[in-house]
Amino acid sequence: MPADAARPRSPLAPLDGVAPEPGVRKPDPLLVLDGVTRAFGGLVAVRVDHLEVQRGAITALIGPNGAGKTTLFNVVSGFDRADGGRWSFDGQPLSGRSAHQMARRGLVRTFQLTRTLARLTVLENMKLAAVGQRGERLLPALLPPLWRGQEREIERRADELLERFQLARLRDDYAGTLSGGQRKLLELARALMAQPVMVLLDEPMAGVNPALTQSLLGHITQLRDEGLTVCFVEHDMDVVMGISDWVAVMAGGRLVAEGPPHTIGRNRAVVDAYLGKQHDEPEATGETGEAGETRETGEEE
Amino acid sequence: MDWSVIFSDAVRSGIGPIAAVYALAAMGLNLHFGYTGLLNFGQVGFMLVGGYGLAITVATWGGPMVLGVLVGLASAVVLALLLGLPTLRLRADYLAITTIAAGETLRLFYRSSWAEPVTGGVYGLQRFANDFYEISPIPRGTYGVWLVEFSSRDVWVLIVAWALVALVGLLLALLVHSPWGRVVRAIREDETAVRSLGKNVYAYKMTSLVLGGVIGAAAGMLQAIQVQSVSPDTFDPGVTFFLYTLLVLGGAGRILGPVVGSILFWFVLSFLDSALRQAIDAGYVSPELISTSEIGAVRFALVGLALIVLIAFRPQGLLGSRKEMMLGAR
Repeated sequence: MPADAARPRSPLAPLDGVAPEPGVRKPDPLLVLDGVTRAFGGLVAVRVDHLEVQRGAITALIGPNGAGKTTLFNVVSGFDRADGGRWSFDGQPLSGRSAHQMARRGLVRTFQLTRTLARLTVLENMKLAAVGQRGERLLPALLPPLWRGQEREIERRADELLERFQLARLRDDYAGTLSGGQRKLLELARALMAQPVMVLLDEPMAGVNPALTQSLLGHITQLRDEGLTVCFVEHDMDVVMGISDWVAVMAGGRLVAEGPPHTIGRNRAVVDAYLGKQHDEPEATGETGEAGETRETGEEE
Repeated sequence: MDWSVIFSDAVRSGIGPIAAVYALAAMGLNLHFGYTGLLNFGQVGFMLVGGYGLAITVATWGGPMVLGVLVGLASAVVLALLLGLPTLRLRADYLAITTIAAGETLRLFYRSSWAEPVTGGVYGLQRFANDFYEISPIPRGTYGVWLVEFSSRDVWVLIVAWALVALVGLLLALLVHSPWGRVVRAIREDETAVRSLGKNVYAYKMTSLVLGGVIGAAAGMLQAIQVQSVSPDTFDPGVTFFLYTLLVLGGAGRILGPVVGSILFWFVLSFLDSALRQAIDAGYVSPELISTSEIGAVRFALVGLALIVLIAFRPQGLLGSRKEMMLGAR
């Protein structure tokens, strides 16, 4: 298990008294979702009645394949449109805003399959992410003195982050030459360049070797300790149990359970979601893939 | 065979007004394709609206030439907006389909008998650039070194055209090396990632399309000025593909790529033309194999062959970086 004991519990005290039930109110929610739905044809991929994400905590979003986790991420981050519902971020109603507007307001996401910009250098990848750059507007771009100072400042910040994520020696390499694990690190570092209030990480550990997983986990808890709010989708239960302060479970597009990590494994709804309702039947013990399918029929039983 | 004639013809063509026009148009295309990753297959359409904007303003409506230039540039902005508004939110291929259709539709529209009172139909418009030649400071005569000679009229066009190429090259170099250029190049790589970092990708793509289109229109105007005439059939879809050819030849995503590509393209084309002609005259090539009237087609076939060889051995073009090219092969 990751460095569980070393983790300071103090910033999470606010979540201590919160009841482990789906849709529960939190003392200081940063992101609040209400009645968010998204359907693809007849398939309702997401139908979340109410979900609050606590500020300054690490919230894990888990659930079997097809539960709607990534769709929910896409909707909230503006990469997909919702069919209904409202959500607010940091007290401001932001439903239906486009992806770049959400990012500018401090909600920055990463992707399940890394999206590094191959023919830009690692440093350029980082510098790109800084927000409010004067030189990104067409006319000022033609006058370097207007943005050179800011560019130096951005570069200094980028170098600091690269150092922190052990990418400093790759600074001037094309991002396309990086290994899978290095790309994951770069994507996380790049998201931080945008100075987010909250990051949505879509399977940050997928395809990453165990040693690097530890390193990523260390980075994520450290970011939380510095005040960043983190919400991530993950399938690896060791990871989820190790670093999250709160776990939300989705199945069949709905939020079926919420609670501190140690309560989740015992939760009846979670076991049902992963294993199917008739989990005492030997043939119904299939994992993720089948569990996703059972939700259609499960409701009729 | 007179090699000095062959070489001087090739050099004259390589640095000639048409090479400058193509270099300029390809610079616009380079911003679209090489830097932003926009597949514009209708750059000729921007050249057309530029050339005709000037010609119609002056020849049909009797306006001053300066106004004509502004009309030409404004037409390109309008065309870019019309093409970009519906397509730039969609996948890259929609822009490609729309632009190739728009280029050809514009040509057919401008040559139609319905539009003839304004555009001159199939005959086009002539003699609208007198103002341009009147302000020429070059005294009458011919200028040049060795066998490469230009009339004073061409020298004036050449100075203006290559100065424009240099100016646009400078502006583009400033742009692509600025944070603006970084965003645009990032969009070429993966626009979803760029959106996730808070950039309005649609606005950047639109800006790039407009800017590259305006550069294309400037090239179209230069071409019209150089021959003092516009006719619809000089703006056939083939022009766009020559532009792509010389862009790939020189190296896409390099500021000087289109310039080097254009000079080389016209040098080689003219070289082959004169060399074949002389070879036939001198009896080295049997007229039964290639007749003089077929030279035009054969030289293009040979350029095509050269391009295939280039793509096989140097896919990044003359100025491109192979390493970068290979990373782009997704």
